[in-house]
Amino acid sequence: MSLKVKNLISIADLSTKEIIMILDLADKMEPIAHSEKPSKLLSGKILSTLFYEPSTRTRLSFESAMARLGGSSITVADVGASSVAKGESLADTIRTVDNYADVIVLRHPQEGAAQWAAEVSRVPIINAGDGAGRHPTQTLLDLSTIRRSQGRLKDLNIAVLGDLRFGRTVHSLSYAITRFTNRLYCIAPPGLELPNEIVMDLREQGKEIIMTRDLKGILPELDVLYVTRIQKERFPTPADYEKVRGVFRVEKSMLQDVKPNLDILHPLPRVDEIAPDVDETPYARYFKQMFHGVLVRMAILSLLLEANVR
Amino acid sequence: MSSIKPKSSKSKPKEKADTLRIQKIQAGTVIDHITAGYALAVLQILGITGQEGDVLSIVMNVQSKRMGKKDIIKVEGREITADEINRIALVAPQATINIIRNYKIFSKMRIEVPDEIIGIVRCENPSCITNNERGIKSHFGVVDRSPVTLRCFYCKRISHHEHLIEQLQGKS
Repeated sequence: MSLKVKNLISIADLSTKEIIMILDLADKMEPIAHSEKPSKLLSGKILSTLFYEPSTRTRLSFESAMARLGGSSITVADVGASSVAKGESLADTIRTVDNYADVIVLRHPQEGAAQWAAEVSRVPIINAGDGAGRHPTQTLLDLSTIRRSQGRLKDLNIAVLGDLRFGRTVHSLSYAITRFTNRLYCIAPPGLELPNEIVMDLREQGKEIIMTRDLKGILPELDVLYVTRIQKERFPTPADYEKVRGVFRVEKSMLQDVKPNLDILHPLPRVDEIAPDVDETPYARYFKQMFHGVLVRMAILSLLLEANVR
Repeated sequence: MSSIKPKSSKSKPKEKADTLRIQKIQAGTVIDHITAGYALAVLQILGITGQEGDVLSIVMNVQSKRMGKKDIIKVEGREITADEINRIALVAPQATINIIRNYKIFSKMRIEVPDEIIGIVRCENPSCITNNERGIKSHFGVVDRSPVTLRCFYCKRISHHEHLIEQLQGKS
C-alpha cells in the first residue's frame, strides 16, 4: 500500500482510488488512536512541524498522530523568533529542517509555499495550509467524516456555507467532494463567493455549481452542510470584516425540517456562524470531525513514510 | 520556449501592391501577424520608443487572410532576440518574426506559445510564494493560447492576458 506522490501538497495530487485508500486506512487506525492497541509503526521516525501561522488543531493532531504510531515530533515553538525573523528564506529553513526530521508538516501564509518547499526538501512535505490556498489533510478528514457518518460519498446533497473566497478548506473540499457528487450548493455573503477559477474548473468537469443565498430554502434537501468561518485575518480593514460577519448564521430553530441524516460540519475554530444551541442537536458533527483528523493524519504519515501498513 | 528555426530564403517579403503601406528595410526585423491593436504594446515590450533614430514602421488593423485583421512592425537596424520573442509570444501569440539582412529575409520564425512559461512574468497573486521568496522563478502552465492565459504552478491562480500585457509594458 503506497501513494504515487512523495509529498502531500494538494488533494489534486491524489487519485480517487488513493483518497479511498487513505480513508480506509484511517478507519483501521481507530483502535490505535483510542489507545486500545499500541503501535510502533513509525518508531524511530521524526516529524517536524513548521507553522508560520497560528494553529491549534492541525498541529496537535499531527503530533498526536505521530505519537500514537510510536514516532516523535519536533517543532519550532515560535517561527517568528527563529532564523526566519533574521530574514532566512523558506527554502533555507526547509534545507535545514530536513536534516533533523523524516517528514515536515508546513503551514505558511503564502500560496504555493508547500509546493516550493517540496522542491527543495529531501524529506516529504505535508501541506498544512498555504495562505488562502490548499489544505489537503483537512479535506481528507472532512471526507472521512462524511463517509463514516453517511456511509458513502456518492450522490450526496452538499452545501458549503460562509467564506468561500478565502476559506482554503472549502476550495480543497469543493474539488474533492465533486469527484463523488455531481452537484454542489454554494452559499456566501457578497464578495466572498467561491473563486471564479474553481467554479469554472468544476463546471468544465460537468458539475452543477448552484450559487444561492437561500440557506433556509435548501436546508431540507441537504445531507451535508459544511460551514466555514469568515476569516477576519484575510480582510484589509476591520470595517470590511464587520460588513459580512454574521450574514449567515446556523441556529437550532432553522433545523426543524431537515433530513434526519443531515451532518453539519465545520473545520473550526468557529466564531458565530453556528449558534451554540446547534451543538446539542444530532446534526452537529464538528467535534467528531476533529477526531477523524488524527485518524487521517496517521494514515497519511504511515503512507508517506512508507511504513509497512496493510 | 518558441520554436525558432532559422530558414534561409532568397525570396522577397510577400507584399501585394495594394496592401503595401510601408517601405522595405535593409536590415532589421519585421514582426508580422501581431494581434490587431497590439503593435504599440509589442513596441513597449521591446523598449522601442521611436527616439532611437532608426526607421520604424507600424501598420495597424490591416486586413489579413489568416487573422481577419493584424498589425505589422518593421524595425530598421535591430534583430530581436529569442528572449524578446518569448515576451512577445504572451501578447501576440500568432506573430511571425522575419529577420532581414540586405533587404532579404535571412530567417523566418513563427511564435509558438509553449506549454510552460518560466521566469518571464510575475504571478498576479501578491500572496504567491513566487512574489515573496528569494531564488524562486515564476512558473506557469498555459491554459489558453489566444489570448494567452496562464495558471501559476505554485498558487494555481489564473493570470489573464490583460494583466500580462500591463506587466510586460511595465505598468504593473
